Amino acid sequence: MASTRRKFLQGSLAGIVTAVIPLSAFRFLSPDQARAAVGEADTRWVFLVDTHKCVGCGLCVAACKRENEIPYEVPVTRTWVERYVVTKDGATHIDSPLGGRDGFVSERVAGQEIDPASISKAFFVPKLCNQCENPACVQVCPVGATYQTRDGVVLVDRSWCIGCGYCIMACPYGVRFFHPVHKVAEKCNFCYHRISQGLTTACVQACPFGARRIGNLKDQDDPVTQTIMTTRVAVLKDEYGTKPQVFYIGLDNEVR
Amino acid sequence: MAEEMVVHGLEWTTKELFVYPNEFIYWSIQIVMYPYMTGLVAGAFVLSSLYHVFGQQDLKELARFSLVFSLALLPVAALPLLLHLQQPLRAANPLLTPHFTSAIAAFGIVFSTYGMIVISEIWFVYRRFIVEQATALTGQTGVATTMKRALYRTLTLGAYDLSETALTKDKKAVKLLAGIGIPVACFLHGYAGFIFGSVKANALWMSPLMPVIFIMSAVVSGIALCMLTYIVIMKWHQFRQRSSHADAATAIGGAELEVINKAARYLLGFLVAAISLELLDLIFRGYTAMKSWDILRSVMYGKDFVNIFVLQYGLGNLVPFFLLLLPRRTIGKTVVALLLVLYGVFMMRWNVVIGGQAFSLSFAGYMHYHLPIIPHNLETYREGLLGALTVAVMPFILFWGINRILPSLRYR
Amino acid sequence: MKNHVWRPLWVALGIVALILLLRQFMAPADFGIHGRNFTYGFHRLSNIDEWRTMPVKYQGKAGCLECHEEQAVAATASRHRDIQCENCHGPALAHPDNPALLPIDRGRDLCLRCHALLPYPTSLRGALKGIEPATHYPEALCSECHNPHKPDQEAP
Repeated sequence: MASTRRKFLQGSLAGIVTAVIPLSAFRFLSPDQARAAVGEADTRWVFLVDTHKCVGCGLCVAACKRENEIPYEVPVTRTWVERYVVTKDGATHIDSPLGGRDGFVSERVAGQEIDPASISKAFFVPKLCNQCENPACVQVCPVGATYQTRDGVVLVDRSWCIGCGYCIMACPYGVRFFHPVHKVAEKCNFCYHRISQGLTTACVQACPFGARRIGNLKDQDDPVTQTIMTTRVAVLKDEYGTKPQVFYIGLDNEVR
Repeated sequence: MAEEMVVHGLEWTTKELFVYPNEFIYWSIQIVMYPYMTGLVAGAFVLSSLYHVFGQQDLKELARFSLVFSLALLPVAALPLLLHLQQPLRAANPLLTPHFTSAIAAFGIVFSTYGMIVISEIWFVYRRFIVEQATALTGQTGVATTMKRALYRTLTLGAYDLSETALTKDKKAVKLLAGIGIPVACFLHGYAGFIFGSVKANALWMSPLMPVIFIMSAVVSGIALCMLTYIVIMKWHQFRQRSSHADAATAIGGAELEVINKAARYLLGFLVAAISLELLDLIFRGYTAMKSWDILRSVMYGKDFVNIFVLQYGLGNLVPFFLLLLPRRTIGKTVVALLLVLYGVFMMRWNVVIGGQAFSLSFAGYMHYHLPIIPHNLETYREGLLGALTVAVMPFILFWGINRILPSLRYR
Repeated sequence: MKNHVWRPLWVALGIVALILLLRQFMAPADFGIHGRNFTYGFHRLSNIDEWRTMPVKYQGKAGCLECHEEQAVAATASRHRDIQCENCHGPALAHPDNPALLPIDRGRDLCLRCHALLPYPTSLRGALKGIEPATHYPEALCSECHNPHKPDQEAP
């Protein structure tokens, strides 16, 4: 009797296994299916930063935090502005208090007094997510909670992220952090809710000096595309092979 | 905002010079514990396999013990991850939608595969015992006994055959599983090394040697922990014997000493391999002196010098190396050496995980880690000293529990 | 399969089958490859729309013009014309329905973002008119002397 029951159990188990494995084993790994669904997108969002124009007012940071509901008082931020002061003795002084949220109103850099006469060059560099063509952060997400959209923006699925922090570790630019309230990975997404409906990003809109611009690289008539094509531009940390898509005018060797 | 607001990492990170605003020590003590615990699992298993697969008869006594210990360590290897996750309730997501380009996605799969291999192997090793227990308990009454009988009966999986052929088959199965288990154990741990080694953004972690270094140090720590626990249990048993019969043996017997000596030899071998690889990595970084070397050097030879060269290499590797190698080794010296080896491997994990975040991605600043000692909220418990101690104590509790069902030490 | 040796394997396969079965129910139905490949485009499709429908807080100058033509036009004619109304007046999201929700920031800090003197030769900042905040009427609000909508007027 025991042996028939055992046989029954084995049989039904085998049945379940054969029924379930093929279904699920192939469902999430079918590149053909995916390729069929993917047409060539007509948009590739890119960003252009002119560091000559940035005055370090930080209005972009303040606007970003409010627009994207990042708690205002905490140090983490989707975008930030760095100040570089290079003195004649060759030293570089860098700071970004609160990500530049309140602007730069003091001549002191990182608490250090700098004699104006000793400055050889000084400038501000706004930073944000580079929306890389090959985003290292996406590659390492274990659950597919962060991904690149067809128009090139990297988003985070707040309801699926497990909060392991691997993407934060993988980003060479330090743009990612844990959202203090939602407790999931958080990052700049070029104000995806705004650009999807024809608006510009909150930081671009807030910048009074035109230091920040966003455009569509696939549109040859887009002024941002035109500038990128006809001006000498550079990207940050290209040695990581991530192919960043935030282009900078007036980038310096000292910029980290 | 009604919800609690915590900037992860702010609590235990201090910054020096220029660090990007979003940078904090996001991977803290639990991520030190995670490779440490998986390392112990893998090491314990490899030790037991040395007997089962390669027929190292001298390790027979330790083999069964370390196999069960490996099972006790197994769930604890996943515990630090659970304590670390910001969304622990979503811990099953990697199994639901695995994104296999991530090293972490494989964790659930490798981990459960390995778990099943260990449990199966234990089942074969203990099958005879389980059947005997189930049979012996038949007909007895009492709630505890009934439950115990039900447990053993379930554990038999209906296989009551204890004939000579059946037992031979069991042995064969054990050998096969132990054989499969070695690469899987190495994979489980090597891939923990891969998780770090493949992070190209981190100058300290990125190295193809990382998985191999992790495996070697894993085996070292696993063997050390098994030997240590073995010695402690033997001593304790002796103590109990002595208090019950005054005339019993007064020192660890020759047989046990032999086991310890043999295991120590394997330990030394793996220790040499681990140190060589780590030094190769270090020399290579210095010689090639890539862009990141300036900041790496300032961390390794400056800020973390004591942690790396004094505590890890010196106290954790060199001292036990000589303690184990020099003649006139006593049990006392061995215990000290083993404790130091365990400490050394822990410091290695610490220096990789915390050391890898000691400098900014900007290469222009540093971060310092302050382990939360006294917790004042969930976060500082989970990722603080108490959380780490919870993890450290758990395998011993589990081992005690498993031993009540499957005794892994036969006392003479 | 009379051999007892296979029993743990059956149990193991049972567990695997159970996990795979659970996946069918617990993984979101629209999870799949929706981008360029598995590496970069594996996700839950509906999440894109969740992001798209997030509320827009900063409405832009055009919206302000509808009710506040006088101020907006004055500001547009001045050197402050490139500054968004919402930079000083706050995001307008709920303002048209509930005007009280827009506190005006009259603090010195706001003006100092640009007009604290920083002598930076290679940055536009060095070319902006600036003051020394510690010595230039430190107790006063800027708007007591300057009109931010008409910055070209000299202080009285």
